[in-house]
Amino acid sequence: MTNLEQSPDRGGITGHLLSAADLDAAAATQVLDTAAELAALSDRSVKKLPTLRGRTVVNLFYEDSTRTRISFEAAAKRLSADVINFSVKGSSVSKGESLKDTALTLQAMGADAVVIRHAASGAPHRLARWVDGSVVNAGDGTHEHPTQALLDAYTMRSRLGRLSGLTVAIVGDVLHSRVARSNALLLNTLGADVTLVGPPTLLPVGVDSWPVKTSYDLDAVLPTVDVVMALRVQRERMEDSFFPSAREYARRYGLDAARLRKLPEHAIVMHPGPMNRGMEIAPDVADSPRSTIVEQVANGVSVRMAVLYLLLGGQV
Amino acid sequence: MTTYLIKGASIVGAEPTDLLIRDGVVAAVGRDAAAPGAEVIDADGLIALPGLVDLHTHLREPGREDAETVMSGSRAAALGGYTAVCAMANTDPVADTAGVVEQVWRLGQAAGLVDVRPVGAVTVGLAGERLAELGAMATSAAAVRIFSDDGHCVSDPRLMRRALEYVKAFDGVIAQHAEEPRLTVGAQLHEGELSGRLGLAGWPAVAEEAIIARDALLAGHVGSRLHICHVSTAGSVEIIRGAKRAGIRITAEVTPHHLLLTDARAESYDPVFKVNPPLRTDTDVAALRAGLAEGVIDAVATDHAPHAVEDKECEWQYARPGMLGLETALSIVMSTKSLSWDGIAERMSRVPARIAGLDGHGRDPAPGVPANLTLVDPAATWVVEPAELASLSRNTPYAGMELPGRVMATFLAGRPTVLDGKATK
Repeated sequence: MTNLEQSPDRGGITGHLLSAADLDAAAATQVLDTAAELAALSDRSVKKLPTLRGRTVVNLFYEDSTRTRISFEAAAKRLSADVINFSVKGSSVSKGESLKDTALTLQAMGADAVVIRHAASGAPHRLARWVDGSVVNAGDGTHEHPTQALLDAYTMRSRLGRLSGLTVAIVGDVLHSRVARSNALLLNTLGADVTLVGPPTLLPVGVDSWPVKTSYDLDAVLPTVDVVMALRVQRERMEDSFFPSAREYARRYGLDAARLRKLPEHAIVMHPGPMNRGMEIAPDVADSPRSTIVEQVANGVSVRMAVLYLLLGGQV
Repeated sequence: MTTYLIKGASIVGAEPTDLLIRDGVVAAVGRDAAAPGAEVIDADGLIALPGLVDLHTHLREPGREDAETVMSGSRAAALGGYTAVCAMANTDPVADTAGVVEQVWRLGQAAGLVDVRPVGAVTVGLAGERLAELGAMATSAAAVRIFSDDGHCVSDPRLMRRALEYVKAFDGVIAQHAEEPRLTVGAQLHEGELSGRLGLAGWPAVAEEAIIARDALLAGHVGSRLHICHVSTAGSVEIIRGAKRAGIRITAEVTPHHLLLTDARAESYDPVFKVNPPLRTDTDVAALRAGLAEGVIDAVATDHAPHAVEDKECEWQYARPGMLGLETALSIVMSTKSLSWDGIAERMSRVPARIAGLDGHGRDPAPGVPANLTLVDPAATWVVEPAELASLSRNTPYAGMELPGRVMATFLAGRPTVLDGKATK
């Protein structure tokens, strides 16, 4: 347990990471600074640190997400933690063991941290009631994905030098996006101005009470932004009449070369992956020098190292 | 049959007096009421209410006897001050035939703690496709008068129209679970700021209001009685107010939890707060309280919905919706301070008894009236301990809360079902 955990009033990263809202500006900045230090270390020929030797990190994945699981696995291993990957096929209660029983099993095995990806919003919050170890939310339903927001913030800060005062447009299926929720919260905490852009059907009811602006008009927003982040849009949403067709979506909200030209020169293009090339982002935009998509992946490992390090290992 | 002399009870808040209970009826009321050999019950400081009547109870038997049985639910009801409960039809098998409703009715008789009045399903298997044999259920021993697919909306307007018309032949009433299913696909929580923030699919108020408006118009068109289950939104109160003004024969109920709790409880993702219709907002709670006091909403009904631990100790979206209510209803209504004793008697006993067609219930204790009554200590408070409730399930949203009012005794047809705050069996 860290010193910080024993005095939660001091701020900092404590106990669990369930929501980006768990982090105040100081704690979030501490994660980003720690990630930067750890990134520098990983440029060495021997990438491993002994910090979490003897600690056990469980990756509990109820959804297939090879990218996120590998990222957490690499992060934990570089800190010398023992990693157990626990994939549960099928996410319904009718199949297999309940989340509570799995939690009690992990508890009995002495998991120091449980990284959980789950199709149900709030599953990490439930898990946190049943295990003593730290719970890290690696994406829960359509709720949050706080380490994605941290790696996005890290990427923006390393590309643009700051977060405070940045203007960030997040474009697409905000309604179903855990990435958008966590980014809106974290970027607001860190002083950036966020505009959520999408068709009205894909902006949540009550979004006017979020600490963000909203717009239905991507072209109007682009000339003023420092960052534009495209969200993954699932083609199934068409079946539910959220929008008429992939083509119309791409025409109105896709990042293509013409829209790239509307951005200020310094602005960057982000995407949490996996991409639907040709739908929310055109291939030439995804592969352009302004795109940070590959960096985001690399930064993900550093940020997740920082989170595990601070939750389990102690202060820098 | 033992004769009881209840001394010093205040009947619905009036000056304290004595009640003699003999041969199943209130034999005498007044300070001179006496009978040799009567067992005396000291009711000093207690309020005597007509036995409470619940229009909306899930007893889970047959099918989910691990969550509740007619016996355990009856005990919970008696402890809550109830002398009659209407048992909803969504059992397994569904109460959509004379056989099943008679079985439930007989189980209630055997338990002997509360009058169990089965509700019949409107459609076969609650599937919303064709009418169940409503007439057979009406003429069965269970004498069903309320029909409901509760848990499901009778969403097909033509089928709803037919059901409303058909039950006129035996003075039945359709109790609608008002939820337009196409607007609530996957819905988890009241659609509002919180559902958006928590990433839970929203259950919009309009899905309830649209059905109430449609069904009020249908009931008016065919001249039938309509009852609306668990009204949960301010907009619904307005629609019902308008329908009543227009002379439509519509009645409505509200649950204790919708009178007290809001969607803010979902913040913890603890599914004990998951219920259908969902907890709403402060504005809705205020409108429901006002509508109840005014009589736009006719009755408080518990929607007592026991669930096994494993159906609640899980992820929010996999949990079953529903909350326990029988043992806490009166205390919750008291805690809202929206109703006088007369208002409580009206909304929790007299009016629901009329809606359900229960002649022996919902009558203030007076000479010659069937002795269905309850004695409440208004000064007592109690802390809700889930494990101490009589229900087989534990899913009360009030765990740990200190509530006002304690049921000290309940009489069903002259026999005590609760004495000294304990069930007699």
